[in-house]
Amino acid sequence: MTGPSATGLSIEGLGHADRLRGAHLTARPGETVGLIGPNGSGKTTLLRCVYGTLPATSGRILLDGTDLARLAPRDRARRVATVPQDPDPDPDLTVRELVALGRSPHKRFWEGDTAEDLARADAALDRVGLGGLADRLCPTLSGGERRRALVARALVQGPELLVLDEPTNHLDIRHQLDVLALVRTLGTTSLLALHDLNLAAAFCDRIYVLEAGRVVTGGTPAEVLTPALISAVYGVDAEVAPHPRTGVPTVLYLPSPVPGQKTSTM
Amino acid sequence: MTAPTQGPASGPPPTHEPASARESAPARGPASAPPPAHEPAPAREPAPAQESAPVREPAAAGPARRRAVAGRLRYVLVVGGLLVALGAAVVGSLALGSVRVPPGDVLAALTGRAAPSPYRTIVLDVRLPRVLLGAVVGAGLAVVGAVLQALVRNRLADPFLLGISSGASTGAVLVLVLGVGGGLTTTLALPAGALAGSLLALALVYGLARRGGAMTGPRLVLAGVAVSYILSALTTLLLVTAGRPEHFQEALYWSLGGLGSARWDTLALPAAVLLLGTGVLLALARPLDLLLTGDEGATALGLDTGRFRAAVFVLASLVTAVMVAASGAVGFVGLMAPHAARLAVGAPHRRLLPVAALGGAVALVAADLGARTLAAPQDIPVGVLTALTGGPLFLWLMRRRPEGAAL
Repeated sequence: MTGPSATGLSIEGLGHADRLRGAHLTARPGETVGLIGPNGSGKTTLLRCVYGTLPATSGRILLDGTDLARLAPRDRARRVATVPQDPDPDPDLTVRELVALGRSPHKRFWEGDTAEDLARADAALDRVGLGGLADRLCPTLSGGERRRALVARALVQGPELLVLDEPTNHLDIRHQLDVLALVRTLGTTSLLALHDLNLAAAFCDRIYVLEAGRVVTGGTPAEVLTPALISAVYGVDAEVAPHPRTGVPTVLYLPSPVPGQKTSTM
Repeated sequence: MTAPTQGPASGPPPTHEPASARESAPARGPASAPPPAHEPAPAREPAPAQESAPVREPAAAGPARRRAVAGRLRYVLVVGGLLVALGAAVVGSLALGSVRVPPGDVLAALTGRAAPSPYRTIVLDVRLPRVLLGAVVGAGLAVVGAVLQALVRNRLADPFLLGISSGASTGAVLVLVLGVGGGLTTTLALPAGALAGSLLALALVYGLARRGGAMTGPRLVLAGVAVSYILSALTTLLLVTAGRPEHFQEALYWSLGGLGSARWDTLALPAAVLLLGTGVLLALARPLDLLLTGDEGATALGLDTGRFRAAVFVLASLVTAVMVAASGAVGFVGLMAPHAARLAVGAPHRRLLPVAALGGAVALVAADLGARTLAAPQDIPVGVLTALTGGPLFLWLMRRRPEGAAL
């Protein structure tokens, strides 16, 4: 047995009310695909449709050819995992207990955690660098540790597709880099929404741009992140230059002449 | 149970650091614990999985197994301690009261070896049903409290938050005011009215919380509290317009709770409901645990949170309704016992529910002993005592919570 099996994702004409109006995107097996776009452009709505907390009102989400909408919640949860933006977990749950809950889709609801489940939880915690904190209570974790614990929970789910909504929110730069680097080592197909264009450029194989509920463009970071696109979608002046050491496209913003107003390039 | 010495039998075997690295991790402290070293910049190259996926070393299972054994031992000790406490509280309650029965005679009566005597009648026919009802109601309210706290993700939830006890009061008072049942009023018609009132409240809250979408925690609380206020107002209106002062006395009993009406023939229903309800809720321990981490995550882990919450709300309310019909609304047990149990064995419901149940039983049996004896021959409503002792205990527990932890 090798690492997590990877499967292709194909989203066709996905819609939800007026927040998402026919989004298309694909992710090849093992690919890390980023979603960028301004606030309210539909990133979270799209992701929630994919991991199943919002029903799509139109379109299809195919994972290896299977329409996710046709799967029972539990069957879907065996294939798609997410790191949600939930409130803090219960204060009397240990980190190991939190992570072991990721085994739930693989168990009947009345089954408890076996030694194997707990060993998997411990292994996942090791993998995200939290091996020493398994017995700590959840509220004693820092923000970055909590995010990594939730990544560990997604790991024990054994998913084909990992969905992350702003996984770097509230993290310092070190932890932002850590979490994204971790996601890339997992080998699963990953779909993540990111605000930071430079992080998206550095960690995603391909990027899709959402605007007003539609995917306006997609491609490699170099293809997508151009001054023209950034100006059109965000209304911000920017230069894009290759990173001096990695060659990754790097966005350098120009402040607006008058704060809060769009620049003349619009 | 299989030993976790090997990679899991199915699915991806998670890679991990060797055991030695894991052992040293706690020394690093939370803030500085670095994840495995990596180079974020050249992330363009696909980096599928880690190069080496070592088979879990047998040594790595040692600490995990030791912790599991320690956790189980703690659980067994807590349950054992509570069982002993419950036994002591029961025997004490059977022995003490207006007539003191020597402990030897109590045990003789219980084991059926005593010759018919006044003691035997007092122990078996007067005190035992009352003590057992106390244990049943205490356990039931504690289990329901623990479950509702998970259901609405709020530690202040108790069995009466969601309107059930208000419905019971309204039903009971309606029976009083209308004079239904004649001579049977106190023994059968009142509990029946209380049960009917609870079920009506349940239906109202369910309908309001479910209407137009999934049943979320906040919706459930809002619907429950609103129905609760409306029914309480209705109860007061009934009492005032009926103009019969003696009804106030009865109404007070329902709102404070008491075990004085316990009899063998009214014990069976609460006992059966307690066993059945607790059994089902124990089987639902895993989905209840999922709710502790939030609806979004629970849904993503395959739980239909709206339907599950609705179903468990109905079950918990039915248990509450039967308990309240038997004893009135005994406060604080359903709030306190789950908190104390969490401190002892943690939040997972498989351990929490049995411990909360035993704790609730001990608490209510002990409180009722006080209610019978402290101001004898006057019976103090047992709810007064649970609130008087539970309130300070609650505050003490609250102060003990770790820094930054929510209730």
